[in-house]
Amino acid sequence: MIRALTLLLLLAGPASAQNAAAPESIVAGLSQTSVAITADFSGSEILIYGAVKRETAIPDTPLAVIVTVEGPSTALTVRRKDRRFGIWVNTDAVTIDRAPSFYAITTTAPLDAILTDTENLRHRISIPSAIRAVGMSAEAKDAPLFLESLLRIREAQGRYKLKEGQVALTEDTLFRADVELPANLTEGDYRVRIFLTRGGVVVDALERSINVRKAGLERLIFTLAQEQPLIYGLISLALAVAAGWGASAVFRLVRL
Amino acid sequence: MQLYLPIAEVSVNAFLLLGLGGIVGFLSGMFGVGGGFLITPLLFFIGIPPAVAVATGANQVVASSVSGVLAQMKRKAVDFRMGMVLQAGGMAGSGVGIWVFALLSAAGQVDLFVQLSYVLFLGLVGALMLQESVRSLRRANRPGAKVRRSHVHLWVHRLPLKMKFRASGLYISVLPPMMVGAVVGFLAAIMGVGGGFIMVPAMIYLLGMPTKVVIGTSLFQIIFVTAFTTLLHAVTSQTVDMVLALMLILGGVIGAQMGARVGVRLKAEQLRILLALLVLAVCVKIALDLLLRPADLYSISNLVLP
Repeated sequence: MIRALTLLLLLAGPASAQNAAAPESIVAGLSQTSVAITADFSGSEILIYGAVKRETAIPDTPLAVIVTVEGPSTALTVRRKDRRFGIWVNTDAVTIDRAPSFYAITTTAPLDAILTDTENLRHRISIPSAIRAVGMSAEAKDAPLFLESLLRIREAQGRYKLKEGQVALTEDTLFRADVELPANLTEGDYRVRIFLTRGGVVVDALERSINVRKAGLERLIFTLAQEQPLIYGLISLALAVAAGWGASAVFRLVRL
Repeated sequence: MQLYLPIAEVSVNAFLLLGLGGIVGFLSGMFGVGGGFLITPLLFFIGIPPAVAVATGANQVVASSVSGVLAQMKRKAVDFRMGMVLQAGGMAGSGVGIWVFALLSAAGQVDLFVQLSYVLFLGLVGALMLQESVRSLRRANRPGAKVRRSHVHLWVHRLPLKMKFRASGLYISVLPPMMVGAVVGFLAAIMGVGGGFIMVPAMIYLLGMPTKVVIGTSLFQIIFVTAFTTLLHAVTSQTVDMVLALMLILGGVIGAQMGARVGVRLKAEQLRILLALLVLAVCVKIALDLLLRPADLYSISNLVLP
């Protein structure tokens, strides 16, 4: 569901200072820079569009565009069950320092073909490189298996997505990508990054952010629960007691 | 209709929540159990984070218990004095329980302990109730059978500090009900439930209370236990989801009223057999989860609560 009213033409300045000398730079905008989570929120679609600005002739090496959208990161524990005394128990656990709650990559072509490993490591573009787990190997012998499982589970939940060939690139100049945000969205600043690559090397990058916030009643309830927990608890109880009494009273009227 | 839950941070179908609340409320009104041992696993199943499920489940049980108690009060089936005595023991028990729970959390494996105690207590209570009620149902169906005494005099009845419980027709020491309350409070704090499924059989078989009064009294006591739990969770971990609770409550209170009405039409023995079967079914389900190889050996848990 796109909030049609906010088609802000957020035109970017001509790239950042360090890339001033680059022959090609990105000019881009987002269909919306904020997402309001209301009670009936059922996901949102973000349109990321832009153009490649250049002052020289188009080089020969093929141009590629990579768009990533990244949700706020948290620390996680991945646990594995094992059979002990006939029952399945959590035995080994691995701590992941930082893993994004949402990560979507959209590209013009297969990621391996348009991005070298060194460039990937430097910019942390692919899904595994967006996850940080420093002391992981000390916690379990087969630590990489835990990381694989994290990726597998989150992919199945639709939290991590890799969509190759989904960025539309016209005349090596105009591009657009649609990224779907799921209904189970965590609050926070979502980082949108756009990379321009030639021959596997990043020639320009641009960063924007989408502000995802609860709004209306959702905001009110969340804030109250965080800031006035005792009052919030008492209100919850009062509602429960009132509902219980109300139902009893209504049924007495109906059945007499 | 999808509904975004502000604390749980997930989007679920509103009618699914109403339905879940309704089913659990129905059983709660019929049997006098809070339904905590049903609602919490059901919420896990539809993808609510465990911490939110436990806290919000407790809030929902408050509503269905209030509704149930009011229905029972009209039938004069609540022994308030007994409820208060049980409650006094319950407070002490849950205090110790929360302390033990913290120790277990620090040692890890709290999930396993909770699951094992579910299997153990649900299995034990369910089996005992089933066996007893089948036997008494057979006896009732056989004409000319020896009439069972309303309550047997055990060591329980020779303790000091005797008190009259008019509604239950008992004149016993306050110590056994307080002990029952404490044990139930302890288990309730550890297992995150109201404890009705332990309380109901304990009242019938240990205290010798008539089944008619047991349901209302148990519900009366559960209101306080779960209200205390809700408040504690709201203050310490902010995991009570008001929107989720309201949806469950809406379904639950209506269900509880209907359940109480159906319960009146059934014989006490039939009611007990049904409750025993329900308790055993949940027990078997949890035991299977422990015994069968899980579909995915790996699981993710957030270190910090949402």
